[in-house]
Amino acid sequence: MSGRITPGKPIGMEVSIAQAEVVAQCDVDCIAAYPITPQTHIVEHLAELVADGDLDAAFMPVESEHSAMSACIGMSAVGARTFTATSSQGLALMHEMLYIASGMRLPIVMSCVNRALSAPINIWGDQSDIMAERDTGWVQIFTENGQEVIDQTICAFKIAEDHRVTLPTIVNMDGFQMSHVIEPMVFYPTGKIRDFLGVYQPLQRLDPRDPKMFGPVGIPEVYTETKKAHDVALIDSQAVIEEIWEKFAREFGRSYAAVEPYRTEGADYLLVTIGGLGETASVAIDELRAAGVKVGQIRLRLWRPFPHEKIRQALAGVKGVIVFDRCLSVAGTGGPAATEIKASLYNLPQRPTVVGFIGGLGGRDVTVGDFRAMIQKGIDYIDRGAAPIYEMVGVRE
Amino acid sequence: MNDVNYGVYAARLLPQEELFVQGHRACQGCIPALMLRQITKATGRDLIVCNATGCMEIISSPYPFNAWRVPWIHAAFENAAAVASGVSAGIEVLKRKQRFYHDRPNKIAVMAIGGDGATLDIGLQALSGALERGTDFFYVCYDNEAYMNTGIQRSSATPLGASTTTSPTGRANPEGQTTWKKNFAEICAAHRIPYVATACPSYPFDLIRKVKKAATVNGPAVLHVFAPCPTGWRCEANLGIRLGRLAVESGMFPLYEVDAGKYTINLDIEAIKKSVDDPMAELSNYLFQQGRYRHLKTKDELLAQIRERLRADWTALKARAGM
Amino acid sequence: MKTKLLPTWTEMPLGCAVSEPGTAVEYKTGDWRSNYPRTDENKCIACGVCWIYCPDNSRRAVRRQKAPEGAMYTHYFDFNFNFCKGCGVCAAECPTGAIVMLEEVKR
Repeated sequence: MSGRITPGKPIGMEVSIAQAEVVAQCDVDCIAAYPITPQTHIVEHLAELVADGDLDAAFMPVESEHSAMSACIGMSAVGARTFTATSSQGLALMHEMLYIASGMRLPIVMSCVNRALSAPINIWGDQSDIMAERDTGWVQIFTENGQEVIDQTICAFKIAEDHRVTLPTIVNMDGFQMSHVIEPMVFYPTGKIRDFLGVYQPLQRLDPRDPKMFGPVGIPEVYTETKKAHDVALIDSQAVIEEIWEKFAREFGRSYAAVEPYRTEGADYLLVTIGGLGETASVAIDELRAAGVKVGQIRLRLWRPFPHEKIRQALAGVKGVIVFDRCLSVAGTGGPAATEIKASLYNLPQRPTVVGFIGGLGGRDVTVGDFRAMIQKGIDYIDRGAAPIYEMVGVRE
Repeated sequence: MNDVNYGVYAARLLPQEELFVQGHRACQGCIPALMLRQITKATGRDLIVCNATGCMEIISSPYPFNAWRVPWIHAAFENAAAVASGVSAGIEVLKRKQRFYHDRPNKIAVMAIGGDGATLDIGLQALSGALERGTDFFYVCYDNEAYMNTGIQRSSATPLGASTTTSPTGRANPEGQTTWKKNFAEICAAHRIPYVATACPSYPFDLIRKVKKAATVNGPAVLHVFAPCPTGWRCEANLGIRLGRLAVESGMFPLYEVDAGKYTINLDIEAIKKSVDDPMAELSNYLFQQGRYRHLKTKDELLAQIRERLRADWTALKARAGM
Repeated sequence: MKTKLLPTWTEMPLGCAVSEPGTAVEYKTGDWRSNYPRTDENKCIACGVCWIYCPDNSRRAVRRQKAPEGAMYTHYFDFNFNFCKGCGVCAAECPTGAIVMLEEVKR
């Protein structure tokens, strides 16, 4: 490795650089990437590692994100462990290829550094980029801090390549507020990571000794069955993901779950967050609890497959749920997390009120105070039965 | 050179193994499909094909009917070159790490293939990127001069004066396509890659030789293959080979190679004395066997314009070849 | 052909990939044609031009009924009944004019 990493004790490092170091530790074979703020440091550092001989991989600086995902598809199809990273417009540009990568069941791992979508152009963090890719059939995981980025990147390769899954996987982090921040993180010995992952054994590959056809015309007679198989595979991957997280906890010492509670005992109201702002929200929860408000927090870590059962269990028995989204579906049903949670709860005989707030768009900061105000407003809506479909917060009137 | 193409009589000496098999859904008389047969005879089995969306992809892969006997991947329309870049890089790394094909002496040739629309329009960026990166692969553009699979719409390879559904002749615009065909081979040659060549299945041995060269050269190679489409060109199904010859001999599609920057013209159309003495006859012979040029019969000025441009292009090509 | 035409969703191959090469031969394109090529075996010199120009690999060497005097070759090229689409390229390109396209009739 590059010498930056000393396994065991926390090291202060920029999260992007840390992710690149970990990708190298995972013995990736091929990387095809195109630069876009705020993902650039990840791919730059990977290029350095390859140039220094610290990583034996093909680093392909392609001429667009669409070609990045296309090249990743080619790389994965011959059986290479494949990685890329992107944000915002780049993710949007590779949109059609995301469906193709998952439809072909290729276990590509991608880091998405969440950034707002143009127009107007905005390079700062929000989740509109990844939320536009909900239907693409990838495993999608959110992180809240640098340590989670390291841990989930390692797990992502294992999840994607598991023969019961064989699906491409995205690890999301907040643009700038995570990617460009120096955090203390614990790294692991490279050998231990490689033992955990094993060598990638593709279920099928392009091989002249056993010729296969990838990507034929899926005529109407078979398209439905292919999508059904894909759907079931992604749904069933949740059990595999949780199994892998359990194994990770045993070997590396940190536990992850699809849905994580924070101070939810006896709560009447719950705040649901997804992504890095969840940590800021936790401070607001502490302050409100100290003031006697019975509010807790649920962090959503696994986004696809959507963990319906875990969400229903986590949100059961409370008066109301306040969901904070960092993405706006313009003139639609509000934030994606709020919308999907509502959909998940709708048919239950007993369900809490769900209030959706949208904020932090285009890198707008959301402070502890903002979360406190949001929660209090949400509680007020819930108690009065006056929740709007959704509400944007922090707007200068 | 004389009138008879003796070179073609050695067909029996070609490999008999068919790696692109019958039962594919191409139209009667489809020359791009014939091209695939000829190409795979040149490469043999150590080949991975990255096929762009288009006629050849559709007709060879309706689930579960697979016309290929080599590994094949179709991802999308504009990215055959990008997918091939990934395949090529993947093979290289896996071989080095001793996880794939490291125990075989043969190199796996990586071929990206797309039609003129997939290559010259929507795929030009991905191709340019793959060429600039020095990817070890070869790209075959089968040029039937329009988007045929979607129903004969114009592409930037559609020649001046050709009628397509999106460059139709009409009362206000009687000419059809109003711009000249992009010079694809020159665009590729400008990337200074090891090998660029034009070819046509009407000259199978020339094509096969060029495929072998493209497949074995280290680094990127491009073949621009002229591949007549009777359906799209509105002509009889049996004319594909003849039209290929006429296109070459009239100067519409010169056969040449650029090998490490050195130009060689493979068929000197002036030496076979068909086009120089009466270039109009050969050109007319070529154009008017096709319905897509029917409206030009009364447009002498446009025909003269075409002839002049062909002559100018041929002269420039000769200069590059040092002739 | 081992690959099923109408698999259930659990039988569907991974990513809809086709694992068998060359299954196209299970689909007989011969019933597309309106005309078929008839070869006069006395004129055929077995040069193979029709074979290398057939887009559908539908030319095959067939043993002659009676080899011409002093002939070096025992075969001539006939068409593949199951796959020939009747395009007529072979007839157009045959150097000895040994092939004519005739209307396909009920057999």
